[in-house]
Amino acid sequence: MFAFSIKRISQALFVMLIISFIGFSIRQQIGDPVRDLVGIRVSVEEREILRDKLGLNDPFAVQYIRFLGNALKGDLGHSFFFKKPTLEVILSKAPATLELVFVSSLLIIFMSIPLGIFAAIRPRHWFSRFSMGASIVGVSIPVFLTAILLIYIFSVELQWLPSYGRGETVNIGGWQSGLLTWDGLQHLILPSIALSSIMLPLFIRLIRSEMMEVLQSEYIKFAWAKGLRRRRIWFIHAFKNTLLPVITVGGVQLGILIAYTILTETVFQWQGMGFMFLEAVERSDTSLLVAYMVVVGALFVVVNTIVDLIYGLVNPMVRVTGRK
Amino acid sequence: MSHLLEVKNLEVRFALRFGDLTAIDGVSFTLDKGERLGLVGESGAGKSVTGFAIINLISKPGYISRGHILFDGENLAELPGEKMRDIRGNRISMIFQDPMMTLNPVLTIGTQMCETLMAHRNISRKQAEAVALEKLRKVYISSPEQRLSQYPHEFSGGMRQRIVIAIALLTDPALIIADEPTTALDVTIQAEIMDLLLELCASEDMGLILITHDLGVVSRVTEKIAVMYAGKIVESGPTENIITDPLHPYTKGLIRALPDPERRGQGERLQQIPGTMPTLTALPRGCSFHPRCEIKGGICEKEIPESRAVKGQKREVACHMAENPSPPPVYEREGA
Ligand SMILES: Nc1ncnc2c1ncn2[C@@H]1O[C@H](COP(=O)(O)OP(=O)(O)OP(=O)(O)O)[C@@H](O)[C@H]1O
Ligand SMILES: [Mg+2]
Repeated sequence: MFAFSIKRISQALFVMLIISFIGFSIRQQIGDPVRDLVGIRVSVEEREILRDKLGLNDPFAVQYIRFLGNALKGDLGHSFFFKKPTLEVILSKAPATLELVFVSSLLIIFMSIPLGIFAAIRPRHWFSRFSMGASIVGVSIPVFLTAILLIYIFSVELQWLPSYGRGETVNIGGWQSGLLTWDGLQHLILPSIALSSIMLPLFIRLIRSEMMEVLQSEYIKFAWAKGLRRRRIWFIHAFKNTLLPVITVGGVQLGILIAYTILTETVFQWQGMGFMFLEAVERSDTSLLVAYMVVVGALFVVVNTIVDLIYGLVNPMVRVTGRK
Repeated sequence: MSHLLEVKNLEVRFALRFGDLTAIDGVSFTLDKGERLGLVGESGAGKSVTGFAIINLISKPGYISRGHILFDGENLAELPGEKMRDIRGNRISMIFQDPMMTLNPVLTIGTQMCETLMAHRNISRKQAEAVALEKLRKVYISSPEQRLSQYPHEFSGGMRQRIVIAIALLTDPALIIADEPTTALDVTIQAEIMDLLLELCASEDMGLILITHDLGVVSRVTEKIAVMYAGKIVESGPTENIITDPLHPYTKGLIRALPDPERRGQGERLQQIPGTMPTLTALPRGCSFHPRCEIKGGICEKEIPESRAVKGQKREVACHMAENPSPPPVYEREGA
C-alpha cells in the first residue's frame, strides 16, 4: 500500500506539472499582466520598462520556472477585477462549489447503488426497465434544461423551494457553509439535483452492467452451489466485485462533476467557483482564469488520487503488491 | 436398499429464442452411499448440465423439463427454494473446474469457508473457523491458521483447488459432484489432487460424481462409469467391465484414444474418433452417433436406440448393433 501510494502521488504531481504548464502557456498567449497592473492609460514606453522590471521579457523557460516557484508558495497571480490574489478569490468561492459537488455526489452514490443493483438482479422487472429507460432520457437532457425545469416546477409553480443563491450560511473558520442551516439546505436541494442529473443515469447503468457481468462469473455460481442465501451473494459476493470497476470509472466521473458546476451555478446564481469562472471570462480576467484552471486541476487530481487509494483498499491484490 | 441418488429420465431444456433445446435427454443412473461414478464424454455432451441439474442450479434459460432426482427420499427436481438451498453445499457439494475462477477474489479464504458453514448451521464464526481449520488440514494445507486471512490470489492453482475441496468437505456432505476438478491444473499436480479427492471420499464414505472427459482418470478413481454422448447416456456399468470390454462403438473409440502407459514414447499414434459430436440443434435422425459410427446398420439412421441391459452383467448400452458378448478389447489394460 505504501509503495502504491507513493506511485500514485508522484503521478499526481506529474499531472499537476502539466496542468500548470498549460495554464502558464495560456496566460503567456492571451494575458497582459501589465494591463492588469496599471490599466491602459500608461504609455507604451513606460509599460515596456515595467515589463523589463517584472521579468516579462525573460525567456519562456525562465518565466515558467518563476511561475512554478510562485505557485508553490501559493501565489497564482493577481485578479485585476477583484484587486486581490487570485487564490484568495478562489478560496472564498470554493466552499459553495465543494458543498454543491459533495451533496450531488452523495445523491448520486445513494441513488445509483440501490437502483443499479436492483436493475442487475431483476433485469426483467418493470421497475428496472423503467429506470433504464428513464436513465437514457436523463443523460440526454442538458444540465441547464434540467435546472430550468426544476426551477419552473418547484420554485415557480409549487413554490416549495428557493430558486437562487445559497441562502443563510454559517462561517466556520473561514468556511462559509450552507449545510448547517435549514435555509441553506433548502437552497441546496435544486442545484444538487440538477448537478447530479447528468451523472446519476451513467452511474446506474455502470453499476447495472458491471454487476450483471459479475453475476455471470464462476465464483458467483460457486457461491450459489455453496448454498449461500441470495442476499449474501448479491450484496457481498457480487457487489464487492462490482465496486472495483465502478470506483475507477466513477471516480473520474465525480471529478468531471466539478466542470458541470459552471452551468449549474450560473443557472442558480450559486456564488461558487463556476459562477466566478464565467464572470472572469466576461471580464477577461486572465490571471483568475488560469488560477481557476490550476485549482480545479488540482482538485481533480486529488479526487482521483483518493479514489485510487480507496480502490487499493477494496482490492486485495493492490494491497499485496504494496506489501511486497 | 434404496440408493443415495437416483436420477430417472432426466430431461433438461434450454428455452432459446428459436425454441427449446434439449441438452439432457432421458438420463438415468443411480449412486449408492459412498459409491463413485464417472461421467464421461466429449465437450458439449451434457456432463456439466447433468451435474448442475442434480443441485437444481441450471443457469437461466435452462430448466428441468422431465424426470426426478431422488436424493435421500426427496425429489430435488421439485424441492422448494429454501429447502433446496439447504441441500446445496451442505448435503451435496460441488467442485468446479477452474480453481482460479471459483474463489471470490475480494473475500478471504476464512470468510469463504465460514459463510458456507454458517449458511447451513446455526454456529458462530469462531466455531466455523475451527471446522475450517480441521478441513484445511485434511487437504494438507500447511499453517492453516494464517491461511484464513489470506486472499485467493495468494495461492497457486493446486492450493486453491485444495481449498475448494476443503470447502466442499466443510459440512460432511453425502455426495460431492466434481466437474473436471483437475483439467485446469498443471499435469504434475493433477494426479495429486485426484488422489486427494479419492482418499477423502473413501475415508469419509462420501459419494462422488466425477465429471471428466478423461477415461484414464475415471478408470483409476471410480467404481462405475456412465458415458454420455449428445445429451444421452450411451453406455454405463462397472468401471472394469467398461474399460476392458466396451460395447458401444463410442466408448470403444474413447478407449482407443487413450494413451497406453506401456507403449508411451514409442511413437505410437493415438486413434481419434473421426468427426465431431453434432450440435444439439442439428441432431441426426435415429442414433445421434451414427454419422461417426463404424458398425452402423440401416436401423441406426431410423430409430433411436433404447438403453438395454447386457445379459449377465450390471450394465446397460444404448446401441442397436453392439454385439453381446463383445469381441476382445482393443488392447489389454491392467489394474483397471
Ligand atoms: N446457458 C446455456 N444456454 C444454452 N445452451 C446451453 C447452456 N448451457 C449448456 N447448454 C447446452 O448444453 C450442452 C451441454 O453442455 P455441458 O456444459 O453440460 O457440456 P459438457 O459435457 O460439460 O462439456 P465440457 O466438457 O465442455 O464441459 C451444450 O452443448 C449446450 O448446447
Ligand atoms: Mg462441462
